Amino acid sequence: MAETNLKALGGLLARQGILVAFVVFMIAFALWNPRFIQIDNVFSVIRSSAILGVMALGVTFVVIGGNLDLSVGSLLSFSAIVVLDLHETPGFGPALAIPAMYAMTMGIGAVIGFLVGYLKLNSLIVTLGMLSAIHGLTLTWSGGQNMDIANQQETWFGIFGRGSALGIPIPVLMFGLLAAILAIILSKTPFGRKVYAVGGNGTAATFSGIPRARVVFLTYIISSFCVATAGLIQASRTMGAQNTVGQGMELEVLAAVILGGASLLGGSGAVFKTVIGVLILGFIQNGLLLAGLQFYVQFVVTWIIIILAVWLDIATKRGKFWSPIA
Amino acid sequence: MKNDNMTHLVKNGAIWGFIVLELIFFQVVGSVWSLSQSAFIDPGNMLLLLKQSAPIGIIAVGMTVIMINGNIDLSVGATYALAGIVMLDSMTWPIFVGLGDWAIPLAWLAALLTGCILGAINGLIVWKTGVDAFIVTLGSMLGFRGLVFMYNGQQPTYHLNWTMVDIAEWGAFGLQTSAFVFIGVAFLVWLMMTRTVHGRNAYAIGNNREAAVNAAIRVGPHIMINFVLIGFLAALSAVAFYSGSGSVNPNDGMLFELWAITAVVLGGTKLAGGAGSIVGTFGGVLAIQLLRKGLGHIGAQTETVNLVIGLILIAVLMLDKQLNRKGQEELKL
Repeated sequence: MAETNLKALGGLLARQGILVAFVVFMIAFALWNPRFIQIDNVFSVIRSSAILGVMALGVTFVVIGGNLDLSVGSLLSFSAIVVLDLHETPGFGPALAIPAMYAMTMGIGAVIGFLVGYLKLNSLIVTLGMLSAIHGLTLTWSGGQNMDIANQQETWFGIFGRGSALGIPIPVLMFGLLAAILAIILSKTPFGRKVYAVGGNGTAATFSGIPRARVVFLTYIISSFCVATAGLIQASRTMGAQNTVGQGMELEVLAAVILGGASLLGGSGAVFKTVIGVLILGFIQNGLLLAGLQFYVQFVVTWIIIILAVWLDIATKRGKFWSPIA
Repeated sequence: MKNDNMTHLVKNGAIWGFIVLELIFFQVVGSVWSLSQSAFIDPGNMLLLLKQSAPIGIIAVGMTVIMINGNIDLSVGATYALAGIVMLDSMTWPIFVGLGDWAIPLAWLAALLTGCILGAINGLIVWKTGVDAFIVTLGSMLGFRGLVFMYNGQQPTYHLNWTMVDIAEWGAFGLQTSAFVFIGVAFLVWLMMTRTVHGRNAYAIGNNREAAVNAAIRVGPHIMINFVLIGFLAALSAVAFYSGSGSVNPNDGMLFELWAITAVVLGGTKLAGGAGSIVGTFGGVLAIQLLRKGLGHIGAQTETVNLVIGLILIAVLMLDKQLNRKGQEELKL
């Protein structure tokens, strides 16, 4: 019994370790450079993390459900290009372009969800294939051209990326709101519990009457909804997009989710922790920039932090520092 | 039993059947609709194929070994770029410059050593910490790319040495150096996987790690060797390519890991580990390159290639599920 308690304590420490590390990191940087925690700096960090963050929220669902999603970067490019192109199409305008973009992006999400959920194909390969296929689709749609909004003054489209309400930037509001809604869905609804159950032990979940296929399908729908939102913010913020705007983001998103403590095995993780993971990545980047280092130093720092975070997590769970592999 | 043999035949022959299908399709479509003046099945064209597929192909051979062993490596693209930079940059180091053309083999050595070290870092972390290879190499993909940028900022690294270009452009039987490197690597690694203890153990570990441990196979060193091997091969791919081009962009090699994995999976290697072959991967690499060339040949937009390859990958997965029970297993994470 005592041993169980000890293990529970260790597990608790490991689970909250990332939060502790985050606080320590923030305090250390704030002491070193007070500009770091000024409100405008904090907002600018959160705003620049919002796109990555919104995507990470959706991927959290997929990962907790025991799958991977490598297609979110391609899908972001797709949604940004589509919404910009439709916006420029005569007779469309933002009011029609945005719902149409959501419908198309979530349609692709539904295809992935069908392949992984109902056909039970390996999610890594399916989303790898979709990464390539969606990229091809985006290039075909745009003909390889960059998309731009011609009359940037005459549209309210920019509000999602550039506007602010009550002194808070809209992307931050959208990120916060979406995080709150998804956190409630994940932790307070039957559906949320089913996602954990399916990811924790798919077979057991099926035997206890949980529709595994449908749950997995829905996690991909949520993921594609989040990507569409991120694409909207991205397109609106820059009022234009390249075909490769989301390239490579799938792995950064996954890094944020893992940093938040979600296991790639599925069944563990939380929306709140993912938000922390996203913010850690954002603040590290910002802190290193404020320290006068080049942006690419953050890649190396992120590498070390990911390995250490996951290692610490695993080490606490198995009670041994080094792996038992001979 | 007969059914088993049949399945076996379909599985191993599928990729070659697919290649033949591609050849016929592009040849027929190209000539019937006269979309192209030249014949698609042209010896020169086919031999060029090997050279063009060499950079991804050499990496894919290493990826096959890693995946048979039950791991995955997402950092090969960054390793490729860093090795290329080290190779070209080392030729301008004061100690190397004085050596004249003798600097070339030393620069190659430096690049290959870089690849081995990066691979060893990955392997050591996977072995000693027990963190899954997917996460470890996801991290080092970012980290190695950071090192690439730290080396020379966002500037391209270039150094043109005509002797080296001559070596890279050297050819015989219509094949050029990189094609020979690709074929040679594929042959040697095939020998390693089918004829050596290490190869047999790699299959055993990928198939069932518990059982391998119980059979007194030392899992760690085998994982380590395989990661060093793929690091070496990623560097070798860079050596073969950049010797000719002489210029490395810091973004080079991005998405190489995904192309390599696609080729490996097309070639029939299982993500779950324990099954797969170098020959299949060789076919997978050729199939992708053939598709790329063929779509260009019939005048399709180059962007269609991504779309088609993505869809084929998913189709292969669906087909594979019908044919192979092993494919139903989830990725071991």
